[in-house]
Amino acid sequence: MIPAPPPPLVVGPLTRTDLVRYQGASGDMQPVHHDEPFAKAAGYDRPLSLGMLHAGLLGTWAAGWLGAEHVRRFRVRFTAQAFPGDTLTCTGAVAEEHPDAVDVELSCTTQNGDVVARAWATFALEESP
Amino acid sequence: MVDASALGATGTPFVLDVERGKIREFARATFAPVPDEDAPISPPTFLTTAFHWQSAASDPWEQVRMDPSRGLHAEQELVFHGPPPRAGDRLIGTSRIDEIYEKTNRTGKTLTFVVMVTEFRDAAGRIVAESRLTGVETS
Repeated sequence: MIPAPPPPLVVGPLTRTDLVRYQGASGDMQPVHHDEPFAKAAGYDRPLSLGMLHAGLLGTWAAGWLGAEHVRRFRVRFTAQAFPGDTLTCTGAVAEEHPDAVDVELSCTTQNGDVVARAWATFALEESP
Repeated sequence: MVDASALGATGTPFVLDVERGKIREFARATFAPVPDEDAPISPPTFLTTAFHWQSAASDPWEQVRMDPSRGLHAEQELVFHGPPPRAGDRLIGTSRIDEIYEKTNRTGKTLTFVVMVTEFRDAAGRIVAESRLTGVETS
């Protein structure tokens, strides 16, 4: 039995502090995500968000739905950039049911409707008692 | 410019201790409920924290020499051969450059894709998880 999906996870407006907290937690200290002169030299107006943060938010939403202990595959594709000030909405739906697992499709979208990340995940289903 | 001779490059094995405090920190940073149990399960993308454990010797990605101004993280995949690791688990990771290939996009530009696979095994050598990072460099 697959539980009903929870409401979307809405995060934002993203702050630079959110990016810095994620960078410290993950260990990815790439300066384009926090160092303004570096970001400008790389051609951006300002530091940009991290694809892996968006992946993490999709993981949070999906694990809240189907259980972190049940994830068996989690594939995410980064499709657009997001910046501080953007509000991200993470949600998803069942793509295919198997006898012992479920495939789901997930998306992370800005307030403008730009999809910044898509993910395809497989969760094991609890055996029926 | 991607160095195709990096194909097959393999890093030295590295330890990744799955830690309760790190899981709590990662949960907070990804807007997840912060777990209170003694040995919480790690979140789906937690193994990205290998950044804290890898060194130049264990990370063959530098050998790819992707141009940072034309390179992007295109995809990331995690595969778990059972429940994901919990706090208290010790994993041994090994990263290798698994694929380098080119594609031409609709505008005729050449895209060079590089896939780095990191295998995570337990102390008995049993595979626990694999992480596939796909980077792309535009011409």
